Amino acid sequence: MSVSIEVKNLSHTYSVGTPFEHEAIHALNFTVQPGEFLGIIGHTGSGKSTLIQHLNGLLKPTQGDVLLGGQSIWRDKKATREARFRVGLVFQYPEYQLFEETVYKDIAFGPKNMGLDADEVRARVHRAAGFVGVPEALLEVSPFDLSGGQKRRVAIAGVIAMEPEIVIFDEPTAGLDPAGCADILENICAYRRANNATIIMVSHSMDDVAKLADRLLVLRDGAIALSGAPGEVFAQAKCLREIGLEVPQVTQLLLELQSLGVPVDTAAYTTQQALAQLLSLKEGAANA
Amino acid sequence: MLKDITLGQYFPGTTLVHRLDPRTKILMVIVYIVALFLAKSYVSYALMLAFLVTAVAISRIKPRALLKGLKPLLIIIIFTAVLNLFYSGGEPLVSFWVFTITKEGVINAFFLVLRIMMLVMGTFLLTYTTSPIALTDGLESLLKPLKKIRFPVHELSMMMSIALRFIPTLIEETDKIVAAQKARGADFESGNLFRRAKALVPILVPLFVSAFRRADELADAMECRCYHGGQGRTKMKQLHYARGDFAVLLVGALLLAGVIVLCHFGL
Repeated sequence: MSVSIEVKNLSHTYSVGTPFEHEAIHALNFTVQPGEFLGIIGHTGSGKSTLIQHLNGLLKPTQGDVLLGGQSIWRDKKATREARFRVGLVFQYPEYQLFEETVYKDIAFGPKNMGLDADEVRARVHRAAGFVGVPEALLEVSPFDLSGGQKRRVAIAGVIAMEPEIVIFDEPTAGLDPAGCADILENICAYRRANNATIIMVSHSMDDVAKLADRLLVLRDGAIALSGAPGEVFAQAKCLREIGLEVPQVTQLLLELQSLGVPVDTAAYTTQQALAQLLSLKEGAANA
Repeated sequence: MLKDITLGQYFPGTTLVHRLDPRTKILMVIVYIVALFLAKSYVSYALMLAFLVTAVAISRIKPRALLKGLKPLLIIIIFTAVLNLFYSGGEPLVSFWVFTITKEGVINAFFLVLRIMMLVMGTFLLTYTTSPIALTDGLESLLKPLKKIRFPVHELSMMMSIALRFIPTLIEETDKIVAAQKARGADFESGNLFRRAKALVPILVPLFVSAFRRADELADAMECRCYHGGQGRTKMKQLHYARGDFAVLLVGALLLAGVIVLCHFGL
């Protein structure tokens, strides 16, 4: 059911014609395939937030275009509005946008704006609450009485209740404890599996994107510095460190081992891959 | 969109106007406003205008920035102008249906518009050339005599500087919330007045919640650093009148005296 999203020669300049004029992203080109999990990493101010706000038509490109399923989202007003519903965007700290009296009403805000009938809205609210693990009993509570982690889930439910084909998450785990992080990431994967959705995730945590993403996009000063499968990108540890980014902890460990003369393949970026390597090394040593 | 407001904006610089003691500048603005309301003739307006133009020229503030500050007041300016145009008695120039434009009306409207514009530009010059901290420091120092009657001068100036400090933060916050609600399909651009007003609820509620949260956090942070009001509090930057300040205040006194004399002679 998912569609591809294509970014063509996209540039955005803020405050054109004032002394504060500054180009946040410059001539970006990339395509996200249906059902793909794309991780976007980059330093603060590299243009990540500007980029993702173009994907659902919140920002209008100064130059270039965004194509959803091959068609420009700027071709007319209706198309732009439709793009908002087909491409869901969960901002950083989304819990600060909660406003309704009850959790139910807040989650229903998006579906209601889509003009769906009451039954469909109810069904979607319950499905969305299910994905993020908000129990039924909480639906009639005020969102302001919830804990931080629960508020975050409700806010995410508010976006996925629109059942978008593509969901963008900006730092979904920022400020959560490790258990909370793992839960949210699990919720995202559950939604992806159930709806065969495309996921785009902006993150500072190399370990998170390493675990989940099919492909990575590294931004630097508004341009794409590196792109490719996680293994390929994390193999460029030197380049990443120059940009001011790190590699996953596992890759760091392997790089250290390599510098000590241990013959390991540093393209591994998940614990399983590294474990397999180390075990086979150990076996090799035992056999020798 | 909201980033374009100029309220409380400060353009750093090192000109004479920038270097003046904030108290001098506040006093000059008061003198300027009083003189502006006393001015009644072409000659006195010309004198005031000359003063404003000189001050702007010395400060090197771009006239365009000052004019931009007038934009939000455009409706009020036009409203006053139109009102004065039609509702001043005197010698009629043009008349149609129930409306009559008189010669006095035209003159009144012209002077009122000029007065409002000069008033706004003069006060904007103060905020453009004085940092918010200097401004509140100056105000606190000027209001010090009121402490005798237990007026909370320090607290008032602290509240002012906090309010000024949080304007850009709240604007940024508003932009973020607007974007987030738009991403959920909120529509702020269409529908009648009632629907549009209702569409503001998803922005205002989170904005208030976050403003209160910030206020709480700030209060805690201040208490952690043992803030307990103005009692016995010293300042890193003490205000001192320099020779230039006395010279400028003398110019202000002469300006006021000049306008009063002109007014007295009916000029």
